[in-house]
Amino acid sequence: MSREEVFDTLNEVFRDVFDDESIMVNEATTSDDIEDWDSLEHINLIAAVEQEFGVKFTMGQVVTMKNVGEMADIIMSQI
Amino acid sequence: MKELEYPFDSEYILKKSKKLKRELLEKGIPRLKKKIAVLGGSTTHDIVRMLELFLLDQGIEPEFYESEYGQYFQEAMFANAELSSFAPDIIFLHTSNRNITAYPQVGDSREQIEALLDSQYEHFAAVWDKLGETYHCPIIQNNFEYPFYRLLGNKDASDIHGRIRFITKINERFYNYAESHENFYINDINYMAAAYGLDKWSDPFYWHMYKYCMCMQAIPEFAFNLSNIIKAVFGKNKKALVLDLDNTLWGGVVGDDGAENLEIGQETSLGQVYSEFQSYIKAQKEIGIMLNVNSKNEEVNALAGLNHPEGILKPEDFILIKANWEPKSINIEAIASELNVLPDSLVFVDDNPAEREIVRAHVPGVAVPDIRTPEQYIHVLDRSGFFEVTGLSEDDRKRNDMYKANILREKQQAGFADYAEYLRSLKMHATIKPFEPMYMSRIAQLTNKSNQFNLTTKRYTQSEIEQTAKSPEYIDLYGKLEDKFGDNGIVSVVIGKKDAEVVHIDLWIMSCRVLKRDMEYAMMDCLVRECRKEGLSRIRGYYYPTAKNQMVSNFYELQGFHKIEEDTAGNTIWEYEIPDNYENKNKVIDV
Repeated sequence: MSREEVFDTLNEVFRDVFDDESIMVNEATTSDDIEDWDSLEHINLIAAVEQEFGVKFTMGQVVTMKNVGEMADIIMSQI
Repeated sequence: MKELEYPFDSEYILKKSKKLKRELLEKGIPRLKKKIAVLGGSTTHDIVRMLELFLLDQGIEPEFYESEYGQYFQEAMFANAELSSFAPDIIFLHTSNRNITAYPQVGDSREQIEALLDSQYEHFAAVWDKLGETYHCPIIQNNFEYPFYRLLGNKDASDIHGRIRFITKINERFYNYAESHENFYINDINYMAAAYGLDKWSDPFYWHMYKYCMCMQAIPEFAFNLSNIIKAVFGKNKKALVLDLDNTLWGGVVGDDGAENLEIGQETSLGQVYSEFQSYIKAQKEIGIMLNVNSKNEEVNALAGLNHPEGILKPEDFILIKANWEPKSINIEAIASELNVLPDSLVFVDDNPAEREIVRAHVPGVAVPDIRTPEQYIHVLDRSGFFEVTGLSEDDRKRNDMYKANILREKQQAGFADYAEYLRSLKMHATIKPFEPMYMSRIAQLTNKSNQFNLTTKRYTQSEIEQTAKSPEYIDLYGKLEDKFGDNGIVSVVIGKKDAEVVHIDLWIMSCRVLKRDMEYAMMDCLVRECRKEGLSRIRGYYYPTAKNQMVSNFYELQGFHKIEEDTAGNTIWEYEIPDNYENKNKVIDV
């Protein structure tokens, strides 16, 4: 899967989780950029991303992940 | 909603919850509004999010109060203005083994361990007692799931120092409390965790990352299981099973294969599967679920199949047997109307997806589970929680007999020229009295179950019923009806609030199983008698229309009241001036 395809899939997941078809994520997107993305919704988002890509983040990865780009890095290293 | 019916796709529901909620709310079906307080010992955010979906789907519109993180004890035990003003209809205590603060140590004596058990248990019992006396509403409490590791290996289960043993003992104490407290329900997360897989359920990642006591993916199943208790408490249980025959209750097609060639009994593996399923269905009857047949068959063949010597279900186990060539949707409507229940009280069980689709499309409200393959039938039905048991009343166990007696009565009726003559022939005897302690549970159940003959559709919990009975401000009456075919149990309840010389009727309900028996007149006579005793001269009745109670829109008129008010929503207020020469309206029931 190319990085572009990973981002396309991530867009779908974000749109589902936040029920907002206008969301477009990029390398630098953080929780500050999406209104409903708070620490509680984050849990659900992580679970949905894991399920979509069939990957499992470790605690260390979830704690240090800074933006969607880093999320994509971890996904690409596991698929 | 199909997506929320068991077996469901938990990950899909988690991901799409916002969309699902939007769609549920757009449906705009009438729902009971209920206030639910969730007091947590761990994170509750997604639990509430999932619970909301399942409750909306089960006909309940919840409003939530969520405690601060982990504050279940403090919020329950100390003055809590916010929770008081919220006035919960039900309280859910979401605790887990993460909230057990101390376990036995290997060096502890038996006495020390007993003392530890006492202190851990009493921490919770104090919370329940306090909540019970402060909020007078039902309480749901999680039991404890097993821990995710075993210090003593297999001995953890049998040694008094083991955590498994310790948790087993605390759970046993919880169950003792549940046995002796009527409005207290255990949410069995120990079973849920086992069914889900304890290792996955208690993945420590979710505790250390987010302070969830279970993994995210298990939350939908957890919430669904919990929603079943809540909907059962508020009277939203299903009441009857409507079963197909061929390849549902036995293997094979009786009309083609002949009764002697059906797969049922101990001869073949598939025969054993169907026997186990029939035993399961028969056991449902014992807990008060009404059994009926809806099958495309000649009736003689259907009966031959049900009389199979190896079969566990027999024709007399069923209330109605519809074996004919009508569309199944027509039969199921007929079953609902003959049983005097609404279609949403029925569960239709059929192996054929096409038949299921027809019923689903034509008779909205009927539950139509996708029961998968024969060896999975029990699992799917059982976990769907259609008939979640919150208490086993004598009435539940006798329900099948009562409904069968009803059908007999109807057959007899055809032989009488005059309806009053028929009613007299039933030799009815009613007991109508103020609420009595032994009937509180049935009275509360009836207030939550009656939808059609219900003037105000006001719901009461058992503790509210008990409060009402105790208070001198109310007139309260229950009515129990027997006849020559059997005892119908408690079938009617009236509650009136006294205000000077007027009594305002807050609740007047009657079970549809005794419609057209003049029981409502017997209740009126007793209400008038009570009013006179208390020096009240006028009765004011209220009718609030709902989707289901059309049948009583002119009830007060029939009782001789006159209308004094009507608003644009169709709510009406009626009044009755008790005359000095009041003559009893009921002439057929001996009270």
